[in-house]
Amino acid sequence: MFKFVSMRLLQSIVVMLVVGLIAFALFRFVGDPINNMVGQDTTLEEREALTESLGLNDPFIVQYGRFVANAVQGDFGMSYRLRQPVSGLIAERFPATLELSLVSAVLALVLGVPMGIYTALKPKSFFSRSFMTISLMGVSLPTFLIGILLILFFGVTLRWLPTFGRGEVVELGWWSTGFLTSSGLKSIILPAITLAVFQMTLIVRLVRAEMLEVLRTDYIKFAHARGLSPRLINFSIALRNTLVPVITIIGLQVGSIIAFAIITESVFQWPGMGLLFIQAVSEVDIPVMAAYLLLIAFVFVVINLIVDILYFVVDPRLRVQS
Amino acid sequence: MSDISSEAPSFITRFRESDLWYNFKRSPGAMIAAFLTFVIVFGAVFANFVAPHNPFDLATVDLFDGLLPPAWEADGKATYLLGTDDQGRDVFSTILYGSRISLIVGFASVGFAAVLGIAVGLISGYAGGIVDSFLMRVADVQLSFPAILIALLIDGIARGVMPRDVHDELAVYVLVVAIGLSFWVQYARTVRSSVMVERNKEYVQAGQVIGLPDWIILIRHILPNVMGPVLVIATIQLALAVITEATLSFLGVGVPPTSPSLGTLIRIGNDYLFSGEWWITIFPGVALVVLVLSVNILGDWLRDALNPKLR
Amino acid sequence: MSKELLDIKDLVVEFPSRHGDVTAAKDVNLTVSAGEILGVVGESGAGKSTIGNAVVGLLERPGRVGGGEVFLEGEQIIGKSQAELRKIRGKRIGMIFQDPLTSLNPLETIASQLIGTIQTHLDLSDADARERAISLLDQVGIPDPSARVDHYPHQFSGGMRQRVVIALALCAEPDVILADEPTTALDVSIQAQILDLLKKLVREKGVGMIIITHDMGVIAEVADRVAVMYRGVVVETGPTAKILGNPDHPYSRSLISAVPRPDVRLHRFPVVESIEAAGECKELDLNTHWLGKARDFGKSDGPLLKVDNLEMIFKSGGMFGGGKSEVRAVDNVSFDIRDGECFGIVGESGSGKSTIARLVTSIYKVAGGSINFAGTDLTKIKKRRELNVHRRQMQMIFQDPFSSVNSRMKVRDIIAEPIRFHKLTSSEAETRQIVDDLLDHVGLGAKAAVKFPHEFSGGQRQRISIARALATRPRFLICDEPTSALDVSIQAQILNLLKDLQEELGLTMMFISHDLPVIRQMCDRVGVMSKGKMVEIADTEELFKAPQHEYSKHLISLMPSYSGLMDRDAGQAEAS
Repeated sequence: MFKFVSMRLLQSIVVMLVVGLIAFALFRFVGDPINNMVGQDTTLEEREALTESLGLNDPFIVQYGRFVANAVQGDFGMSYRLRQPVSGLIAERFPATLELSLVSAVLALVLGVPMGIYTALKPKSFFSRSFMTISLMGVSLPTFLIGILLILFFGVTLRWLPTFGRGEVVELGWWSTGFLTSSGLKSIILPAITLAVFQMTLIVRLVRAEMLEVLRTDYIKFAHARGLSPRLINFSIALRNTLVPVITIIGLQVGSIIAFAIITESVFQWPGMGLLFIQAVSEVDIPVMAAYLLLIAFVFVVINLIVDILYFVVDPRLRVQS
Repeated sequence: MSDISSEAPSFITRFRESDLWYNFKRSPGAMIAAFLTFVIVFGAVFANFVAPHNPFDLATVDLFDGLLPPAWEADGKATYLLGTDDQGRDVFSTILYGSRISLIVGFASVGFAAVLGIAVGLISGYAGGIVDSFLMRVADVQLSFPAILIALLIDGIARGVMPRDVHDELAVYVLVVAIGLSFWVQYARTVRSSVMVERNKEYVQAGQVIGLPDWIILIRHILPNVMGPVLVIATIQLALAVITEATLSFLGVGVPPTSPSLGTLIRIGNDYLFSGEWWITIFPGVALVVLVLSVNILGDWLRDALNPKLR
Repeated sequence: MSKELLDIKDLVVEFPSRHGDVTAAKDVNLTVSAGEILGVVGESGAGKSTIGNAVVGLLERPGRVGGGEVFLEGEQIIGKSQAELRKIRGKRIGMIFQDPLTSLNPLETIASQLIGTIQTHLDLSDADARERAISLLDQVGIPDPSARVDHYPHQFSGGMRQRVVIALALCAEPDVILADEPTTALDVSIQAQILDLLKKLVREKGVGMIIITHDMGVIAEVADRVAVMYRGVVVETGPTAKILGNPDHPYSRSLISAVPRPDVRLHRFPVVESIEAAGECKELDLNTHWLGKARDFGKSDGPLLKVDNLEMIFKSGGMFGGGKSEVRAVDNVSFDIRDGECFGIVGESGSGKSTIARLVTSIYKVAGGSINFAGTDLTKIKKRRELNVHRRQMQMIFQDPFSSVNSRMKVRDIIAEPIRFHKLTSSEAETRQIVDDLLDHVGLGAKAAVKFPHEFSGGQRQRISIARALATRPRFLICDEPTSALDVSIQAQILNLLKDLQEELGLTMMFISHDLPVIRQMCDRVGVMSKGKMVEIADTEELFKAPQHEYSKHLISLMPSYSGLMDRDAGQAEAS
C-alpha cells in the first residue's frame, strides 16, 4: 500500500514538473515578458537592467528552477493586463469556481449514476428509453447553448432566477461563499444545472456501457445459474464490478467540470477562475494562463491520486498478491 | 481464364448485402439522422446557390432591414425567412454559410486528429517498450486536461506569437490545429489497444514468417483491422469538434465575426437576447443542435452496429 | 433402470435471426438417473450447449424453447416463471461452466460467494453457512479449506478455481448437475483430476450428471451412457461401451473413427464420411509444376535443423514498478531434426513448445544458444534481407484458423503475398495461376480465390493457411497445434492432407501438439517439453511403449484409454 501510493506520488510530481515546464516555456517564450511590463518609452538600458534584475539572462534551467520554486510558494508573477499579483487574482476567484463545480459535480453524480444503472438493468423500459434520449440530447447540446436557453426561459421569460453573477457573498476569512445568502443560493442554480447537464449525460452513458459489459460476463451468468436473487446479482455483484472502471471515469469527469466551468462562467458572468482565464486568453495575459494551467494540473493530479487509492481499496486483485 | 465470371461481387453489392446496410434500413433513427446530416452538409457545401442572400456581400445588405423578426411574425418580411441580425444580414443565409465554416473546421480537425492519433497508436502499440511507455504517458497527461482547455491554450499561444490581424486571418487553421491536437489522444489509445490485440494474432506472425518488414505488416495487415473503432470515434468526435469550435467561437477566441461560424453567430445574437431579438441566437443554435444530434445518433448507431455484442 | 431424475422430451430450441429461425436443438430426448453420468457429445454447432441452458431457463436472447417438455422428478419445468425457476437453479439443478477463470466474481472472497449461494437456498445462520462452505471446499479437494475460504479467486490456480466452481454448484445439494465442457479449458493432468472428482461426487452423492463435451476422451473416461448430437439432433443414445465400440448411426461411426488412436499408429486416418464437404485435392504433376521446381536445396550432411542450448526469457514487469519476474520459457533446449522426418514436440500449455516455433522462425529473438538451419546459424544473421533467404524455406501453420488469416484480404491476396513479396514468379498472371493451383491442391478449389476468409469454416481456413505456407516452396514446415481448434472429423482431414503433402513434397516437419494420440499418428520422433525444458527425446513408438522420464510416463498415463474402441476395419465392414 505504502509503496503503491509513494510510486503514484512520485509520478504525480513528475507530471507537475512537466506541466510546469510547459507553463514556464509559455511564460518565457510566447510574447516578450519585458515588453509586457514596461511602456513604449523605456530606454534600451532600462530594459537591459530590468532583464538582468528579473534574471532573464540566466541559463534556461536556472530560470525554470526559479519559476518552480516561486510557483511552489504560490508566486506566479504579475498579470500583464491587471497589473496585480496573479496569486491574489486566483485566490479571489477560486471559491466561486469551486462552489460552482462542487454543486454541479454532486448534481451530475447523484442523477447520472442511478440513471446509468437503471438504463443498463432495464434497457427496454420506457424510462430507460427516455433517459437515453435525454442523454443523447445532453451530449449534443453545447454547454453554452444550455446556459442561453436556461437564461432565456427562467431569466428573461419567467424572471424567476438571476442570470448573472454570484449574488451576495459572505466572507469567511479568505473564503467567500454564496451558500449563506438566499440571493447567492438562487444565483448558483442556473449555472450549476448548465454545468451539470453535459457531465451527467456522459456519466449516464459511461455507467450504462460499463454495467452492460459486466452483465454479459460469465460470473453473472454463473450467479444466475446458482439461483441467486436478481437483487443480489444486480446490486451486489454487477454494481461493484461496474464501479471499478467507473471510479476512474468519474474522477476524470469531476476534474473536467472545473475546466468546463470556463464556459459556464462566461455565459453567466460568474466571477470565477474560468472567466479570469478566458479573459487572459483573449488578451494574451501569459502569467495568468500559466498559473491557471498549473492549478488545473494540480487539481487533476490530486483527483487522480484519490482515484488510484480508491481503486486500490475496491479491487482485491491489486490489494492482495496471488 | 474463367476468372471474370467468378470474380467477387463488387464493393457496392457487398455493401448492400452487408449486415451494416441491413441494420441501417431497420433503424429509423439512423435514417432520419443520416437524412438531416445530408441536408445540412448539402446546404453548407452549396451555400452559394442555396442561400437566398449573400450576407457577406456588403452591397446587398441593407442596414435598414436590421433586426427584423422571422417572416411569420407581425413585423417580418417574406424575403427574410428567419429574420435578420443587427446589420441586416439574413439569418437563414448566415446559418448556411456558418454551417460551412463549422463543418470545415469539424472535418479538418477530426481528420488531423485521426491521422496523428492513428500514427501514434500504430507505432506505440506495435513497438511497445519504452516508445510505448513514453507516448502513452504523454497521452495520459494530455487526457487529464479536457479538450476545450487544451484548445483554448493553443489558441492563446497562437495569439501570443502572431499579430491580431494575422491571427484573425488564420483563425480557421489555428482552430483546426488546436482542436486536432486536443483530440488525437482518443484515437491513439483506441488504435494502440487494438494493435496490441492484433499484434499477437497469428496472421501477423504469419506475415513475419514470410519475412515482411514491420511497416508492411502495420499498414497492410494491422491497419485495416483496427479501422472499425476508429470510424466510430471519428463520427462521435465530429460532433464534439463542431461543439468545441462553436464553444470557442462563442467564447470569442474562435472564428472572427467577419466570417462567422455557427458559434460566432450565437455569440453575436446572445447580446440581443435580453432585448427580445431571440431569433438571432436561437436559429443558429437549433441548426447547431440538429447537426450535432444527427451526427451523434449516427455515431451511436454505428457503434452498436459494428459491435454486435451490444445488441 | 433406476428412477429418472431429469427427463427431457422432444425439446426444441430456436434462435430467430435475420435469415429466419435457426433450430439449435430439434426434438431432443435425454434422460438421466440418480448416480449416473450422461455424456452429450458432438462437434461445434451441434447444439449441445443450448440444451443445458434451455432446461434451466437461461437461454441467451433471442433464443427460445420452441416446444417439448422437461420433467424434473416428474414435475414439468418448461414454462415456469423465472421466480419459480430460480428455486430450481442451484437448489435442484446445479451448473458448471467451461472457463473457471471467468466464472467467479473477482471482487468477492470465495467464502462470501459460497455463503451467499448457501443462504439463498438453505436456511442457515452465518456461522453454519460458513462451516458448510469450508466442508464443501474440503469435499472438492481444496487443501487447507478453512484458510483458503477467505481468499479471492485470483489467488487460486485454474484447476483450483474449477474446484471452487464445483463447490458452488454443490452448495444446496442439487439432484442434477449440468456440466458444460467442464475440463476443456484445463491442462490434461488437471483435467484428469477434475474428472475423477466429478465421478466421485456423482457416486457418493447419488446425483445425476449431464456432461456436455466435444472430447471423446472425456466421454470414455466418465460417462455411463452417451448421446451423440449432430446438427441439433440426437442421432444415437446408448451405453458408452456400445457407442465407442459399435455405434449404429453413420455419423457416430465416422465421428469415432476420426478420433486419433493412442494405441496403434495408422498410415492414414480412415476416410471420414463427409461431414464438411472438402473438395477433391487435385493432383499436380510436380515434375513440371512451379510448386515442384526449385526444390533441389542441395544435400546437407548433418540434420536440417540443429538447435543447441536454446534459451528464451520472458520478463513481466510489475504493474507498479515492483514485482518484476522472469520466466524461463525455453531453458537450455537442444534437439535436431533430420531431413525428411516429422519431429514432434509435446507438452502442456506453458511448457514452451510454441515459443520454440517462434524462435526458430525468428519471430522472437533468442536469449542464448544457436539455431542452425541447413548449416547456417540463424541467430547470427543481423540483416532481415539475408534472413529472408532462409525464411522462404521455412514456413509455419498456426493454431487458430480464425486469426491466422487476415480477414480483410481476399484469399488470393493472402496466398499470393509470399509469392509477390519474395518475387517468386515472373508475372502477375503466373502468380494467379499458381494460387489457383494451390487452392485446388489443398482441396478448396480455385473459385475460393476471390472470396474473403469469413466465408469459410475453420477447417477450410486451415487449408488456406496451408496453401499460404506452401506458396514460398518451403522445405521445412512448422505446424503449431494445427488442429487443436478443429473438430475431430475436420482434424482427421487436415492431418491426412499434411501427411500427403509431406510425402509428396519431401517436407521436413516440426509438429507441435499437446495431444499425444495426434503426435503418435503424425511423428517419427518426439521431444517431450515440461516447464521450458526438453526432458526426453525418443522415437515415437519407443516413447509410447517405454517412456523413460518421469514426466513422460505421467503424461502417457493420462492418455484416454478408449478401452473397447471400435475396430475400424470391422466397423466399416459391418457398415457396408
